[in-house]
Amino acid sequence: MRTAPVVRTIGFYTGLAVLCLFAIFPALWMVITAFKRNGDLYDPNNNPFLFNLPPRLSHISFLFRQTNYPIFLWNSFFIGIIVVAITLALAVPAAYSLARLMGHSGERSSIAIFLVYLIPPTLLFIPLYEIVTMIGAANTVWSLILVYPTITVPFCTWLLLSFFRSIPREVEEAALTDGWSRVGVFFRVALPLAVPGITTCVVFAFALSLSDYIYAAVFVSTTASRTVSAGVPTELIRGDIYYWQALMAATAIVGIPLAIVYGLLFDWLVKGFQVELPRSART
Amino acid sequence: MAGGNAGGGHRSPSEPSERIGIADRDGVVGVIMLAPAVIYVLALVAIPFLLAIALSLSDATVGNPGIHHFVGLANFISVVREAAFVFALRNSIIITAATLVLLTILTILQVELLARNFTGKRIAEILLILPWAMPVALAAVGWLWLLDSEFSPIDWILRAVGLLGPGTPLGPANNLYYLGREWLGIGAVVVINVWRTLPLSTIIVLAGRTAIPNELFEQAELDGAGYFRTLLQITLPALGTLLIVAILFTVLVIFGDMTVVALTTRGGPGYTTEILPYWAYLKGIQGGALSQGAAIALFLFPVLLAASILALRMAYRSEGQ
Repeated sequence: MRTAPVVRTIGFYTGLAVLCLFAIFPALWMVITAFKRNGDLYDPNNNPFLFNLPPRLSHISFLFRQTNYPIFLWNSFFIGIIVVAITLALAVPAAYSLARLMGHSGERSSIAIFLVYLIPPTLLFIPLYEIVTMIGAANTVWSLILVYPTITVPFCTWLLLSFFRSIPREVEEAALTDGWSRVGVFFRVALPLAVPGITTCVVFAFALSLSDYIYAAVFVSTTASRTVSAGVPTELIRGDIYYWQALMAATAIVGIPLAIVYGLLFDWLVKGFQVELPRSART
Repeated sequence: MAGGNAGGGHRSPSEPSERIGIADRDGVVGVIMLAPAVIYVLALVAIPFLLAIALSLSDATVGNPGIHHFVGLANFISVVREAAFVFALRNSIIITAATLVLLTILTILQVELLARNFTGKRIAEILLILPWAMPVALAAVGWLWLLDSEFSPIDWILRAVGLLGPGTPLGPANNLYYLGREWLGIGAVVVINVWRTLPLSTIIVLAGRTAIPNELFEQAELDGAGYFRTLLQITLPALGTLLIVAILFTVLVIFGDMTVVALTTRGGPGYTTEILPYWAYLKGIQGGALSQGAAIALFLFPVLLAASILALRMAYRSEGQ
């Protein structure tokens, strides 16, 4: 039944190559497209993977000079950073409280907080649109900053809750016996130990806020406040005219650097979820 | 932020057993630390959710957004009677189910590959996480171009190997028009969904995989179990419900999301690739019938609720509590 090591190695790398190709194929196509001349791109007989005419940068300079892409980038980045800050400020204390301070009712409400994550934006965007319009935040980045934590807070609270629970109680109890206050224990003992979980939360909160399309498309219709997700499709798809090279460049410029950052953090992200495991492995 | 409010922040009392300040009473500190998150969620999730229900029972429009005029179930009835509803419900379920199956298989495969150490693992991780790093809307536009009716490179490859074009098995047309046909369109949406959620489900399940004690695998190897026997008898049972829960939760997000359809097939041709979330958007925002849009979105809720309860029960059983 046991396969030879060589066969296994070949099988392993083949599987890996296929999955990697599936993951990056669209990005590969984006990068090639971004540098193509029109005459090359719009000829169905050309090999689409080669530069049949010399590559050029004009579509990328068009993207930065003649569209609002730099504004969209800035808005997305700005919103992402503030949403991460709000998410941590709300979710970290809440998770610690549920994990350590609220006793049995804490465990129950943790289910509730996770169920909240499952209420999709589709269910909420119409009433939230009314609320945002009512308070006069429509068409500003603040409408999105206000609303994105509804996606990130429940998720991060749930994640950090299990992370705090995985920290042995004895560590904190020792500090409490030494005369530290509960708040002191939270800041000086629990928080440092939760760094992997918090890192995961930072990445997730940023990624989730960057990825949102529905709120960004519904709440904001002025160009100056648009995010990358909603701004790029509206700006570069004008009726039937698609600025394909610029569209592909706009996507790759956001996606590839982030993939490198997230990829380098991959092991940390996995560690952030580690938590649930000891308990499920016990059965 | 909330922690800092809890009186005294970093202060450590010198006589712990005698002087108990607010910062030492777990219940009080707990409530103070929890309150901001709970208030926020109540204000911006619970209240809007109730508002959605109220909206669906009213005749509110974008021009006249008041919810005081109660119309009962009229919105639900008129929505259900539309031809688009059957398509939207059917496609939402088919797309979600198909994504679930494909995602489970590929997640297991990917987790098995990434669970071992190999040269170039870092690079592989960067490549494999790429779909998740791209904002969904932009990735969808990338796929739109990849599946273009005229210039799709996939069509070009198929033509080059003689599968597409006049006189070939997939011909006679020179293109497959992925997004212009009912089942190819649905298939394309499923593939895009699997593509974009695979990194996340891999990370979650990989966390479970690395927690399986190594002794189990060593024992299996000593017993002479082959790779697939180890997978079926050790790995999968040990991952157990965690695998199902992780994937179910990933997929539920897809069930409630409109982005991919909104930017690729746009529900067309006709309503054949319509899904509930996008139809709710079209009706509620584009069409201005807020109340009908809210009613459509509410059809998502029973499914989400049932699936979450199921998944959570499994999660708690697997925790052995």
